[in-house]
Amino acid sequence: MNEAILLKDVTKRYGSLTALDKVSFSVHPGEMFGLIGPDGSGKSTIYRILATLSVPDEGEAEVCGLNTVRDYRHLRTRIGYMPEKFSLYPDLSVMENLRFFAALFGVSVRENFDLIAPIFGQLERFPNRRAGALSGGMKQKLALSCALIHRPEILLLDEPTTGVDTVSRSEFWDTLATLREKGITILVSTSYMDEANRCRRIAMINRGRILDTATPEALVASLGENLYNASATDMFRLLSELRKLPEVTDCYTFGATLHVVADKDFIPAQAEKRIRDAGLKDVRIWPAKGTIEDLFIRLTRNENS
Amino acid sequence: MQLRILRALLRKEVRLMMRNPLIPKIILVMPLMVMLVIPLVANLDVKQVNVCVVDNDHTQLSHRIIADIEAAQCLKIAMVCDTYTEAMKSIEEGKADVLLTIPPDYVRNLTAGNAQVSIEANGVNATKGMLGSRYVAQSVIGTLSQWQIENGLLQPQPDMSVIYRFNPTLNFRNYMIPALMVLLLIIICGFLPALNLVSEKETGTIEAMNVTPVSRLTFVLSKLIPFWIVGLMVVTVGMLVGWLVYGLIPSGSIMAIYLATILFSLVMSGLGVTVANSSSTMLQSVFVMFAFIIIFQLMNGLFTPIRSMPEWAQCITYVIPPRYYIEIMRSVYLKGTPLAELWQQYTILFGFAVTLSVIAALTYKKQA
Repeated sequence: MNEAILLKDVTKRYGSLTALDKVSFSVHPGEMFGLIGPDGSGKSTIYRILATLSVPDEGEAEVCGLNTVRDYRHLRTRIGYMPEKFSLYPDLSVMENLRFFAALFGVSVRENFDLIAPIFGQLERFPNRRAGALSGGMKQKLALSCALIHRPEILLLDEPTTGVDTVSRSEFWDTLATLREKGITILVSTSYMDEANRCRRIAMINRGRILDTATPEALVASLGENLYNASATDMFRLLSELRKLPEVTDCYTFGATLHVVADKDFIPAQAEKRIRDAGLKDVRIWPAKGTIEDLFIRLTRNENS
Repeated sequence: MQLRILRALLRKEVRLMMRNPLIPKIILVMPLMVMLVIPLVANLDVKQVNVCVVDNDHTQLSHRIIADIEAAQCLKIAMVCDTYTEAMKSIEEGKADVLLTIPPDYVRNLTAGNAQVSIEANGVNATKGMLGSRYVAQSVIGTLSQWQIENGLLQPQPDMSVIYRFNPTLNFRNYMIPALMVLLLIIICGFLPALNLVSEKETGTIEAMNVTPVSRLTFVLSKLIPFWIVGLMVVTVGMLVGWLVYGLIPSGSIMAIYLATILFSLVMSGLGVTVANSSSTMLQSVFVMFAFIIIFQLMNGLFTPIRSMPEWAQCITYVIPPRYYIEIMRSVYLKGTPLAELWQQYTILFGFAVTLSVIAALTYKKQA
């Protein structure tokens, strides 16, 4: 079976900085694939290469079986790309933007309206409003509509929900789910765990390298390994006491509690006792569920050490 | 396909231009302001020179000299004083530009053959001082020779007169107006396309545009063509002001002017797009464009005639495109030169236009 998106040892350098280092992964047709990683990890560079805007220094990338460098002309009509930054004309109205992008692809808004109808529904109430005057969520919907107007087979969405409120985010993901049901392959990058959960598979990327490709469930399970919550009356002293323990590799505040990253030899009950002996009250340590934030913290710590 | 895309792109450009709060005003108001104000301000003809006379002679002749100065076209007697210090003061205060001193016993010395008047001019305004002192000298010489003829000291001389062709009144304005339209086009058709393209980079719309099947040439054309129309509008406003306010009508064909304008706006917008291609912010593009525009403005022969530049500078002007446009505009406007005689200038402008548009299309990169 042909893969919808295929990257083979893609390397991209900007001067002395290596933005992508032998990145390889593939996305099956009709799949919703998530790309997660901290800022500056190389996600946008992958998108730019797949969208034919950037040429890899080494390696090859294929989308729909078309090479991103050689067949870029054909490819451009088959992908829908939504850059991280809002990229519509703020001084054109909602309808003008949509018609403009349709005209560039040589299609009419009417013939493909069925595809965008569920997204465009709310925008139809103010077709003459300037795109720049729309709310964040509405802008996102319009941008998605414009990226979809030529009926692409593959949708490339670079952090589509940054700066959008929770309700709009969830609506946006419902829309993506319906698009996927229509057979569109979606590559989406995100830094929210709840969004990553809605992908079938996710790839973790850091400093230009793919660390792992897994299902969201497997990722969460692996993140929860040797991860504990800790609390006490004096949280600040608890933090410094925990950091003194040899089995603890990392400890940081996480909401109302502390998250403790430890190695295999860590036994919560023993640690609790040792800290209580140091004079702290109400010490509790219990297993924690991992989140993307923990992953990012772990990734950036590794980077610094 | 690309033609249909170009149409969509152009429709978008025009729409955005009309919707921009500034651009329609720039296209209309800027030519009006420049055409109405600059010809009045940057006026080099010397219309009225104020003369202060220190008359120490008080003879019939000295009175006649004063009366003739007063009667001369550009001269006006500001005051007649008795002392030199008083006269100097009037120059310092700006009441007089030129000082004429007639010494005592002037007439007696004149008959003896060794009489001298002194003419001093305020050199702060160099043109006025120079021309003013020359006018005064001419007037005095005229009066004296008339007096000498009347007294039988001199034979009447044949009359000489100078006629200035093409600009009979030597009106600096007529020379200025066609060139001012060039100045306007340099600024408007140079800056606007550069700013337009860089603003697409800044808002990020260029990203979305780059993943569409729009070809490089189509995209660059969509940035150049609107400025033909802008250029034609600016020149039309300029010609209307020239006609309605200054009564100056092109003596050559208007089509020749429009053709040169189309070529020249392509030159400037091609340069603008090229500069924009290599800048990532508006500020960068403005600074680079500014460097070009300053050189274009100062070296094009508008302020300093090219023939009075040093040899090496004259060579540089061959690569300054507005030089040719100004030559065309002045020849067509003032002399009515037909298009056929200016083929060299048109060909060179055409060459610049094609070269810069190609460079603009080549330097525009969709992929990095």
